[in-house]
Amino acid sequence: MDKLVISPAPHIHGGDSVSKNMTTVIVALVPALLVGLYYFGLGAIIVTLTAVISCILFEYLIQKYILKGTNSIMDGSAALTGLLLALNLPSNIPLWMVIIGSLVAIGIAKMSFGGLGNNPFNPALIGRVFLLISFPVAMTSWPKPIPFNPSYLDAETAATPLAMMKSHFGTLPTTLDLFLGNMGGSLGEVSVLALLIGLIYLLIKKIITWHIPISILVTVFIFAGILNLANPEQYASPVIHLFSGGLMLGAVFMATDYVTSPMNPRGMLVFGVGIGIITVLIRTFGAYPEGVSFAILIMNAFTPLINTYIKPKRFGEKVKVNN
Amino acid sequence: MKTFRIGGIHPKENKFSAGKKIQTIELPKQVVIPLSHYIGTPSEAVIKKGDLVKVGQLIGKANGFISANVHSSVSGKVTKVDVQLDATGYKRPAVFIDVEGDEWLENIDKSSDIVRECTLPKDEILRRIQDAGIVGLGGATFPAHVKLTPPPGKKAESVIINAVECESYLTNDHGLMLEKAEEILIGIKIIMQVLDVKKAFIGIEANKPDAIKLLSNLAKNYTGIEVVPLKVSYPQGGEKQLIDAILRRQVPSGKIPIEVGTVVQNVGTVFAIYEAVQKNKPMIERIVTVTGKSAPNPGNYRVRIGTMLSELALDAGGVPEDTGKIVGGGPMMGRSLMTLDVPTAKGSAGILYIQKQESIRKPIQNCIRCTKCVTVCPMGLEPFLLMNQSERNMWPEMEANRTMDCIECGSCSYTCPSNRPLLDYIRFGKTTVGGIIRNRAVK
Ligand code: SF4
Ligand code: SF4
Repeated sequence: MDKLVISPAPHIHGGDSVSKNMTTVIVALVPALLVGLYYFGLGAIIVTLTAVISCILFEYLIQKYILKGTNSIMDGSAALTGLLLALNLPSNIPLWMVIIGSLVAIGIAKMSFGGLGNNPFNPALIGRVFLLISFPVAMTSWPKPIPFNPSYLDAETAATPLAMMKSHFGTLPTTLDLFLGNMGGSLGEVSVLALLIGLIYLLIKKIITWHIPISILVTVFIFAGILNLANPEQYASPVIHLFSGGLMLGAVFMATDYVTSPMNPRGMLVFGVGIGIITVLIRTFGAYPEGVSFAILIMNAFTPLINTYIKPKRFGEKVKVNN
Repeated sequence: MKTFRIGGIHPKENKFSAGKKIQTIELPKQVVIPLSHYIGTPSEAVIKKGDLVKVGQLIGKANGFISANVHSSVSGKVTKVDVQLDATGYKRPAVFIDVEGDEWLENIDKSSDIVRECTLPKDEILRRIQDAGIVGLGGATFPAHVKLTPPPGKKAESVIINAVECESYLTNDHGLMLEKAEEILIGIKIIMQVLDVKKAFIGIEANKPDAIKLLSNLAKNYTGIEVVPLKVSYPQGGEKQLIDAILRRQVPSGKIPIEVGTVVQNVGTVFAIYEAVQKNKPMIERIVTVTGKSAPNPGNYRVRIGTMLSELALDAGGVPEDTGKIVGGGPMMGRSLMTLDVPTAKGSAGILYIQKQESIRKPIQNCIRCTKCVTVCPMGLEPFLLMNQSERNMWPEMEANRTMDCIECGSCSYTCPSNRPLLDYIRFGKTTVGGIIRNRAVK
């Protein structure tokens, strides 16, 4: 027998790892990705591959030549950022814009802060918002959903339900179409059903807890519902709010990003309610038809504050008696 | 099914030795009986080199409030009183005895006959427990009679028996319950008498259905004793967690169980109390689990205190080839041993062989802020934050974030996907912050 290892307790580890977490989230995104590929065809394939590959490549290069640290691309987080970015883009966006978005996401939003775990803002969202501000037209002309669409840059475009609501034109898709994803939009945001499957998978795998997604969705539903009750002519129904735009994708996959969301259930609820309120405010009163990305980024900025002042339920603190 | 309400994990149970009959190992040729305990002052030797001693004879007298008597576990000749490396990794005072025969003090009843009646007055019971050197066998080895004497003005309403055995691998309490159920119930009655309480709860995790069934059936003959099956979750054996699980009361930060009207005793301690009070037998032996994924003979062994662990290991089939680490105790809270040449102490619950590949910690990565450590912490702390603050020597901040509440259960380190040594840093911080708090109290 060789020398015995001496180390403090505990002497066993649960076997969880960063790459397992990232892989599980990627798997949870597969349904949404498949729906995107179905409705947006060729463009969706090109945009997704470009975003994933360039994110991994940029992380590798920055790690190797600038930070000179141990290589982190195997942890899967760069691939996940790429995938999330792609799912937040229209499928008819030019390639070079996707590459710029990836560079901003990885280079500026993630690596310049020291890599995974240190970035205050969600990298994929920073990439998306950067593109939205720089190339507003390309970022808001959405292709029409056509099964196995063979066209890429020249795809026929369609307005999103939110834009229709805001400017009061066009015929809104049916609720069922909204639920399944048969509408214009970013390539991963259209199908509520696919995103809910992803949510359930994440909850079962204990990757996230219900606090953030549910508090966002409930807040949006209530707030939009109140507006709608006050003036149904002017304000869209809460169901349309829930089922359209990037809300579902944002609530399930973007707001729940580990690094940029609060560190305990109470904080998560505050965070989720904040995102819900800001989203509805922007959608109804702001200049953009969609506000989920901005809402999440704004609440990302509040995360450190939430973590400082909202603490987990301590043992011995008054707890509810229930058997 | 009941369990505690904050945090918790469920490591693979790996109770290979569950249900195995307790085996008594052969008497060793020499024993080294520790005079020191995990906490408190070491006992004072009352014998000297050359003395002949019998089994059960007092060899070390309690020294101070938190200390316990020590008795010879064998008969033979004292060869020296010296220091000996023990399981904590320090050299501490111990009595070395060469074994000759197996001669017991006459007043000890070493038969296995069950003595049911106990008509002794409370003070006499307490005195016997104290004289017999009974300490808590759950890990902290706190003197049992001290725990059974609530501070003035405080009164217990119930007693909780900790038969949870929430650590993976260990089965010594389980084995004891299956073989000594009746004795344990009598021991509980004695404790209820001492504390003058009407109610006792035995907390057992659901992974021991045989023990639950046996004790529940027998408990019908004992008024006031109730078996409470608990949902398996670690660290349910933590005092505060167990009280929360059974009574739905949470002991406040920095306070002891009597604050919520209860006292907790480990089931092994209860059996030792039975033996002390009813059979006049001091604490000279205990049940030790020898186990591990490659252990040739995982089992529960009855061992005289002072037997070298190496001898026990040999009796249990030897140390497996692929062992990379040997743990004294359970995998979550036990200590890794430098060598098996350390004596069995009153608090030794097990020898656990960890295979080579599992012995080495995986490389540490950045905290990805997944909140899993927060979710599992049974005390509602933020381990990721405490580790950061410990790294940066931020002691006042650590204190404000209740680092002293940490029960060192290790659930955080066990869970972290980035393999961060959270508890290592928190433990270090606790030591420093604890020192600062004590200094402040002195001023
Ligand atoms: S070791 Fe301390 S901080 Fe870590 S989970 Fe246990 S009680 Fe919480
Ligand atoms: S479990 Fe590890 S990675 Fe997750 S928040 Fe805690 S310290 Fe960070």
